[in-house]
Amino acid sequence: MNDVLIPAAENKNSLRLPLKPLGKVLAVTSGKGGVGKTFVSANLAAALARRGHRVLVLDADLGLANLDVVLNLHPKITLHDVFTGKARLEDAILPAPGGFSVLLAGSGMVEYSRLTTEVRDEFLRIIGSLVPRYDVVLMDTGAGISDVVLFAVSLASEVLMVATPEPTSLTDAYATIKVLVGQQLRQTVRLIVNQSTRPGSGQAITNQLQQVLDRFVATDPGHPIQLLHLGDIPVDPEVRQAIMRRQLMMQHTPDCPAGKAIAQLARTLEKTVIPKPA
Amino acid sequence: MILTLQYQFITFAVARIPDSSPFSLHSLKLDDACALLQHDAQNIEQEADEPDAAYLQRLIDGLCELSLKDPLTGLNNRRHFCSVLERSIDIVARSGESVLLLLLDIDRFKSINDSHGHLAGDQVLREIARCLARCLRPMDTIARYGGEEFAIILPNCQPVFGLAVAERIRKTVAAHTIPVSPLLSLQVTISIGGAYAPEWVRSTTDLWIERADKQLYRAKSRGRDQVCLDQPRELSVSAEEKGLLFGHLLMDEAGTRENAPSDAPKWENA
Ligand SMILES: Nc1ncnc2c1ncn2[C@@H]1O[C@H](COP(=O)(O)OP(=O)(O)OP(=O)(O)O)[C@@H](O)[C@H]1O
Ligand SMILES: [Mg+2]
Repeated sequence: MNDVLIPAAENKNSLRLPLKPLGKVLAVTSGKGGVGKTFVSANLAAALARRGHRVLVLDADLGLANLDVVLNLHPKITLHDVFTGKARLEDAILPAPGGFSVLLAGSGMVEYSRLTTEVRDEFLRIIGSLVPRYDVVLMDTGAGISDVVLFAVSLASEVLMVATPEPTSLTDAYATIKVLVGQQLRQTVRLIVNQSTRPGSGQAITNQLQQVLDRFVATDPGHPIQLLHLGDIPVDPEVRQAIMRRQLMMQHTPDCPAGKAIAQLARTLEKTVIPKPA
Repeated sequence: MILTLQYQFITFAVARIPDSSPFSLHSLKLDDACALLQHDAQNIEQEADEPDAAYLQRLIDGLCELSLKDPLTGLNNRRHFCSVLERSIDIVARSGESVLLLLLDIDRFKSINDSHGHLAGDQVLREIARCLARCLRPMDTIARYGGEEFAIILPNCQPVFGLAVAERIRKTVAAHTIPVSPLLSLQVTISIGGAYAPEWVRSTTDLWIERADKQLYRAKSRGRDQVCLDQPRELSVSAEEKGLLFGHLLMDEAGTRENAPSDAPKWENA
């Protein structure tokens, strides 16, 4: 076992304590794949844990999950076993390096073109029983607008949209936000600009997207869509190196530029959507 | 997989045959292999100056090729098709490339067999295979999937073109006259069902085939000689929206040219 911090809630006994229905579910999603969702989820979780929050990362990318790779974990029991009734939820929750908990999807999970009622119900049940036990549940969802992704996002109280400054990534992020506004009546989406090459460009990108949304996406006049800039993460060679070393960046090199940016994201979240830890 | 097996076999075979050993090819039982290759009109004679190992390699390559082909039509067989499909779905999941799978079924094939005999049926299969192969690009993979069913994998096929491509195939086959005997020519039609691999997500080839198969069923039940495609859900962004979206890129360029103003935010402002 790694020398990890096991949050108090991981304690078997605490499961019997009265449940606190205040947890925040944040969906980390993107329009295009490969923009850094998993990297952000894992490291933001570590940054929040470091600030004293009880955090769980849920691998909701039922298909391409690679959280296990980023965290260098090789679980015997995964979400797949919980979905198929082979294991209890409690047994699939693992302590991750970085002091948070994680629920990995496992390789048995595949994308179903249609979201089956079983997947739906299991998902609901799982989220329902996680929320009271953690201060923050971060969902690392798949990219795009498949049924499973949209459903996972619909369960979240906040959407953190990860995009890079590249045109393809922005187009897909914009298209996804349109769907979230149209189908889920979302009014707020928080944008994280990852792999940014120029400080400050994230705010400009957010303003730009907001302008296009205002102009092309019709919403109820009283409830306009609001795109909020949560923060930028610079391109940083340390990100790749950490993955190559199979280490969590936030745990080993928290002072690199990307690490500092993520720590800043955690502080911003604390100021806006999640209450300070007790 | 087949390749690795082949490799293992070769390394094994070659390792056991040091040049100096009195080993002879005659001690291997190659007759069946040679007969198979000969039947496929492949040159199986050892060249005068060809080393044994090279000759053996050539035989193995020939057999591997044979194991991927459908004997009647010369197209890829189902085994090869499945391995290409497997690879495609991996590529799509990580790259977002658009890959279209088409399943094609000859309409009322049974009645051709029943009224004109199996030889005529075989001739129809061969002719359609040739006709299909002519419609495709070198990068496409075409296979005989089952009895009178064919499958085509079209990599890098944008969703806007999918229907046009499938329609072109359908029309080409319908317009083709197939001589099955000196006195008789037939015209046959095909039904086509198609589906794109889901992008950015891991799926399974079974689910992909199932989606295409459903569309094939739809094409059949709508009266045959038709194309039905499972349309991927579109992330639609108009040209006008795109134009507006990328304003910041111009600003970005201007910013780097002007040597970023001193009050610009810096990283690590923590
Ligand atoms: N800030 C960064 N600086 C440098 N490289 C980065 C940064 N963020 C992400 N990357 C690179 O991008 C790769 C993809 O990141 P990640 O796996 O987190 O993306 P993802 O959105 O989860 O992908 P998928 O859609 O496949 O799940 C990482 O392996 C890393 O090499
Ligand atoms: Mg990921």
